[in-house]
Amino acid sequence: MNAHQSLAVGQPIAPPAAILSAAEPDAMVRLEGISKIYPAYRGKPGVNALQDIDFAIPRGSITGVIGRSGAGKSSLVRLINGLEKPTTGRVIVDGRDISALAGRELRLAQRSIGMIFQHFNLLSSRTAADNIALPLEIAGWAKADIKARVAELLALVGIADKHDRYPSELSGGQKQRVGIARALATRPSVLLSDEATSALDPQTTRAILDLLANINRELGVTIVLITHEMSVVRQLAREVVVLDAGHVVESGHVADIFTHPRHAITQSFLAEAIGDSLPVSLASRIVSEPAAGGQAVIRVQVRGAGAGDTLVARLARELGLDVALLSARIDEIGGQHVGSLVLGIPGGEDAVTRTLAWLSQYQFPAERLGYVA
Amino acid sequence: MSPELINLIVQATFESLYMVGIAALLGTAFGLPLGVFLATSRKGELFAAPVINRVLGAIVNATRSTPFIILVVAIIPFTRLVAGTSIGSTAAIVPLTIASAPFIARLVEAAIREVDGGLIETASSFGASPIQIVFKVLIPEALPGLLLALTLAVVSLLGYSAMVGAVGGGGLGDLGIRYGYQRFMPEMMLAVVIVLIALVQLVQSAGDYLARRVNRRLRHR
Repeated sequence: MNAHQSLAVGQPIAPPAAILSAAEPDAMVRLEGISKIYPAYRGKPGVNALQDIDFAIPRGSITGVIGRSGAGKSSLVRLINGLEKPTTGRVIVDGRDISALAGRELRLAQRSIGMIFQHFNLLSSRTAADNIALPLEIAGWAKADIKARVAELLALVGIADKHDRYPSELSGGQKQRVGIARALATRPSVLLSDEATSALDPQTTRAILDLLANINRELGVTIVLITHEMSVVRQLAREVVVLDAGHVVESGHVADIFTHPRHAITQSFLAEAIGDSLPVSLASRIVSEPAAGGQAVIRVQVRGAGAGDTLVARLARELGLDVALLSARIDEIGGQHVGSLVLGIPGGEDAVTRTLAWLSQYQFPAERLGYVA
Repeated sequence: MSPELINLIVQATFESLYMVGIAALLGTAFGLPLGVFLATSRKGELFAAPVINRVLGAIVNATRSTPFIILVVAIIPFTRLVAGTSIGSTAAIVPLTIASAPFIARLVEAAIREVDGGLIETASSFGASPIQIVFKVLIPEALPGLLLALTLAVVSLLGYSAMVGAVGGGGLGDLGIRYGYQRFMPEMMLAVVIVLIALVQLVQSAGDYLARRVNRRLRHR
């Protein structure tokens, strides 16, 4: 039965919990049984920043770590780049236990972890080229090698002409390009992006994210995107870890997580990305009692590849109803359709009941919002 | 004014410049590392050593709260030990250095603390050692502030140097007191004050100029 097959993709996919499990054999970053507790200090109470963190970031992936402020994102970054030690557990980066290293050994390991920042953190006293040279100087490279590598990196991030500019003479996007070049200077295997686009306008953000995608594709660098912005995860990441109050609440493929969000925080991120508010003109007309000759208003959630394509036509044909499309918002996240349709169903309570039964049969979550005249 | 008096002023000016110049150099040699250490040795910082930090801080405060003229007299035995004599411009360099080093240290500390902590973290995340962070991040980034601090220190030293006349240190201040005040020569007093004003203006302008030149934060195309 054709109709059923094409609609079946709208059904929930198996729970994705296993995808970012710490058992992942080819992990670039592996967090095992991590907790981070900041002890009480000078009257300030202690903070349990992270608890029971177990996940792995696959080699070569672009993995988003999304959470509200205070979810533990910053602590996580500082554990991965070795600036802090976990209270319990291990942090394995590229096969090395970062959490067990100290001093010179730690500093050597840190050279294989590049890092970009929300506020760029460039030295104001150095030109773009000299900023990029900093990690190479720290690593003890020869002057001539540094010069060649810096020229290469400036070209890679598309600002070869800004060689001698100071940060104060660069735009936000250009500064972040310098930051990216600097982070890649020592040829790290993983790039940590700590809210790297949060201080940029949408257009510049898009350009920077495109650059990161290119770098991931061409250099094979694993990218970890720490962010509070759903749009960043949606545009770039294939895997995502959702953090809330120091816990991983969901993790897996972006498409699976956001087509079938299970946790309230994931749902709220999704609502931000696709918008779940009704158009004002429609919302103001909705009443709670049916009116003679009016329509019932039903919202249908659409999740999955091509899920919503023929829904309205099929519903109208199979139930013989003149279904009105009052509002629709369908977006694509990781190749999957995600959104909602707001339908007007004429013909009284019986038609509404049949419609809801039909939608439920095909696993489309639906709710009655009210009535319009 | 007679050539002899003009000659006295020229000679006193050179004495002042000599004392202040050497004391500023030595004061910086001690004050700069001390200031960097004070700025980076509290709990959780780069060279965390909270106890030493507090002890050094207390010593710095004690030195700074001792009136300079009392310091000069109090350390005469030490001055004799270091300089071989307690009289003259060279001997005066000792108390001037001891007074300026803690002053410079506090100014340096303030300038270093102005550097964005994010930059220290950035360099750390690239695997920079604490020493590399000091020389590649903290000092270059604080340089405009450091130059202004040094300028302030030199101007203050010019003021202090007027007091070392009390131990036969010579210099412009000494000349002003002995000729201008004690011998009732207002024109000598005036000349000394004018030379001092000119020196302070010169030092301040030079410091401002250098600080502006190395400051890349505010420069525009």
